[in-house]
Amino acid sequence: MNSAKTVTLATPLTRATEEPYYHVVGDEVEVFAAAAQSRLPVMLKGPTGCGKTRFVEHMAWKLGRPLVTVACHDDLTTADLVGRYLIAGDETLWLDGPLTAAVRAGAICYLDEIVEARKDTTVVIHPLTDSRRALPVEKHGEYLAAHADFMLVISYNPGYQSVLKEMKPSTRQRFVALDFDYPDAALEARIVAHEGGVDEATAQKLVKLGGLTRKLKGAGLDEGAGTRLLVHAAQLIARGMNPVVACTAAIARPLADEPDTRNALDDLIAAVF
Amino acid sequence: MGQRKLFAHEIEERLDQMLLLKLRQRSPKEAATQLEAVPREHQECLLRWVGIAAQSSNELGWLIAVQGAEHAAELGDRLAGLARAGLDGFDRGGLEAARAALADAARVLRKNAIPAPQRVSFADIEARLGCVLQALHGRPLRLAVGARTWTDGETLWLPESLALAPDAGGNRRLYTQLAVMLWAQARFGSFNVDPEPELAQWDDRERALAWYALFEAMRLEARLVDELPGLARDIRALRGPWPEELVAAAADLARPAATAADSLRWVAERRRVGAGETPKFLHVGAMDPVAARRLRAARIARDSATLRRALNILRANDPHSRGGAGDESHPPLAAEGDTVPADLQAGDVQGLPPDAQAAAQSLAQDLDVIPPEILKPAGPGAWQPEERDEGESAVAAVTGKPDAVYDEWDYRRVAWRRDWCHLYETEGPAGEDAWVDEVRSRHAHLIRSIRRRFEALRGEDKAERRQLDGEEIDLDAQVEARADRKSGSEPSPRLFIHRRQIERSLAVMFMVDMSGSTKGWVNDAERESLVLLCEAIEALGDRYAIYGFSGWTRTRCDIYRIKTFDERYDAATRRRIAGIEARDYTRMGVAVRHLSHLLHGQNARHKLLVTLSDGRPDDHGDEYRGRYGIEDTRRALLEAREKGIRSYCVTIDRHGADYLPQLYGPAHYSVIDDAKKLPSKLAEIYRKLTA
Repeated sequence: MNSAKTVTLATPLTRATEEPYYHVVGDEVEVFAAAAQSRLPVMLKGPTGCGKTRFVEHMAWKLGRPLVTVACHDDLTTADLVGRYLIAGDETLWLDGPLTAAVRAGAICYLDEIVEARKDTTVVIHPLTDSRRALPVEKHGEYLAAHADFMLVISYNPGYQSVLKEMKPSTRQRFVALDFDYPDAALEARIVAHEGGVDEATAQKLVKLGGLTRKLKGAGLDEGAGTRLLVHAAQLIARGMNPVVACTAAIARPLADEPDTRNALDDLIAAVF
Repeated sequence: MGQRKLFAHEIEERLDQMLLLKLRQRSPKEAATQLEAVPREHQECLLRWVGIAAQSSNELGWLIAVQGAEHAAELGDRLAGLARAGLDGFDRGGLEAARAALADAARVLRKNAIPAPQRVSFADIEARLGCVLQALHGRPLRLAVGARTWTDGETLWLPESLALAPDAGGNRRLYTQLAVMLWAQARFGSFNVDPEPELAQWDDRERALAWYALFEAMRLEARLVDELPGLARDIRALRGPWPEELVAAAADLARPAATAADSLRWVAERRRVGAGETPKFLHVGAMDPVAARRLRAARIARDSATLRRALNILRANDPHSRGGAGDESHPPLAAEGDTVPADLQAGDVQGLPPDAQAAAQSLAQDLDVIPPEILKPAGPGAWQPEERDEGESAVAAVTGKPDAVYDEWDYRRVAWRRDWCHLYETEGPAGEDAWVDEVRSRHAHLIRSIRRRFEALRGEDKAERRQLDGEEIDLDAQVEARADRKSGSEPSPRLFIHRRQIERSLAVMFMVDMSGSTKGWVNDAERESLVLLCEAIEALGDRYAIYGFSGWTRTRCDIYRIKTFDERYDAATRRRIAGIEARDYTRMGVAVRHLSHLLHGQNARHKLLVTLSDGRPDDHGDEYRGRYGIEDTRRALLEAREKGIRSYCVTIDRHGADYLPQLYGPAHYSVIDDAKKLPSKLAEIYRKLTA
């Protein structure tokens, strides 16, 4: 089957044309750049919506490399990452998966929420994360050495789903890790103002509300409102929507279904705006 | 109810029967006479509650009888509410608390006699308010119903219901405003200044307190403008403009730097100008600085101790700290500066465990700053972490704070008893090695056959052929398709193989009865069947855990870890199985709650709680025995089902098992008539259950 044509249909590689907005919090940019130069894989840890994906987009732009993002889910198999055969008429075609495409092209491959994927996917990642830097593509009979610019980035959310979706130490210890958290209030307000297109005062109120919901983590909510949700609310407000309506739609409703928690969130929104 | 009313002498007789009044030389005459006047329905209602209360304490029953009879005519349908308040009070703090709770409830219930559509009751809003308070910054606060709206800094007392606003939404908002104003008292230091010197100069202390509460409300409202602008706006709209003569005070107290001392200054000012009647505002509650400051003093002592202890550990473990613990020459934490600002805690405080951080936050609220002497390490002779030895900590684990507390369901009250059961989780004691070996060799044949049967159940990948999409090409399908195409017919597009993973995604919790009644051959059978079962499940690779439960009253519910989900079935586990022994009683509800909580944390699609027991729920004292225990257990199993946990019970009940269908549902239990059959049966039951 080795004679089969290799195609890269609908290439998942993207290249940003303008700088994705990202506000530097600590030394994450330096660490990431150094890891990229040393060809080390990176792991981003942090709660939902605190800017992990945006950071990777920003770094890809900064390093001038294409980016492949894969949102992992619990039915994601090795074939989904590596590739598979397709049949077109009388021909068999090999289709590279997103990971293989990235390994070939020297792109950054970002596996979002890696713990959600099936356990066997970690097996294909391992050879890419140590000195071998290679991807065995068994079905295609290929042992693919990684392009010099290839970089593997994974993210995972330690606060999510308890200890079960924990990553094995043998996997964890292959990565340079960066901790992400919600930015402090002043900075977060600036981010919300910039991204959401609202004035400082509104952004500050949104951040205040975000802080209140984060205190409800474990007491009604699995997780508080991330910066992303606050930005969504800000964007609705910037379109002239009433702040209370915007926050209810963009923050309260996505966060909670349970009536008491929902009502409490409504009360908090009313209290802040 | 068409029945005739009970006569006084009949009521007397019933009361005497329940409360043994003659023995205590008490006369139910007065209560009976009062009760004679009310309808039969209400008579029966009160008598029923007296009966329930008498099961906890005769004295409590008597209290409820007397109070209930006194207010029976006015309260009518709400007698049950009164009784429930009394029982809750008793659970909380004994007879004294019950007496106070009854008096409070009687007052509140009487006041709110007229129902109104816009009325919002505390019960409707409690969960919602609790959630709001949780989100606000600061020390956690409890919510309770009280005759007055006030706080002691740890509990917020709110009215039983509100109907002041014309609509329900307005009353709900008023509840939120009252609660947040009280929260602000605790948060922004209303009790950090001693008001007594000023209050002492007033003839009318109540009036002075009312003025103080009003000025504090002015100050706190200004703080809320920053913190919760929307709520502050609502409050401003509610209260309207301040009276002319108070505008200056309001402006002064709105300064960000204003403290409770400034409010007191204005109280003094009112005294000088000759204070009239205090203007009434809906959102201003009452104040009781004496109670609040008493609690505050105790809290400060407690929090300081917690914080200091945590700092000591931090310091002892810090490799960079110079000098050992107790070395006064280099107190590293004292070098932080004189005071730590309330909210901007020093790095050290942030590195502390959550309880110490909460203590630090609480202290910052009580003292405005964390005083430097707390941040200094304790001198010699104070508590040091390394002085604690193993033996001491083991004892502390048994006699100290419970590992968890659980609510218990009381079917008679149709209500929860809050934090009722104290649960202690300890490692199961180890038994003899020899016993397990003996069982394994005796049942060697059985074990082999069980293992073989179980291995057949193991989950494997299943290849699904002829799929539209998949990891591999289905060659058969491809050949057919090709032939079809050559012959001119439409080829099937289903050319792939998809490997579907058939996972046995299953976590099983075995809950083993270790009550005294299992002593002897039931206990032996339990242990033997566990050994066999473990062998079988090991072949299958399912995740499983084994816990034993026993107990002695609600304050001593024991859970013994035999095997956790993460432990392997090794020699140590086998020894703990051998060590399972008959102990005390079977308070089952709390065990179900705790173990289903543990099971809930497992990452498996199917969760199963298997109970191995020899009879109905029971505990020391007659309360848990019978219907109470069954209802509580049923409730706990329902809660487990809501969490997606299925329950199954295997029981050896010599008295038949009429209660099991009620507890587990018709198809979810097995009764084994002979304990000797348990070992061979249990593995089979498990196989059927999980196939």
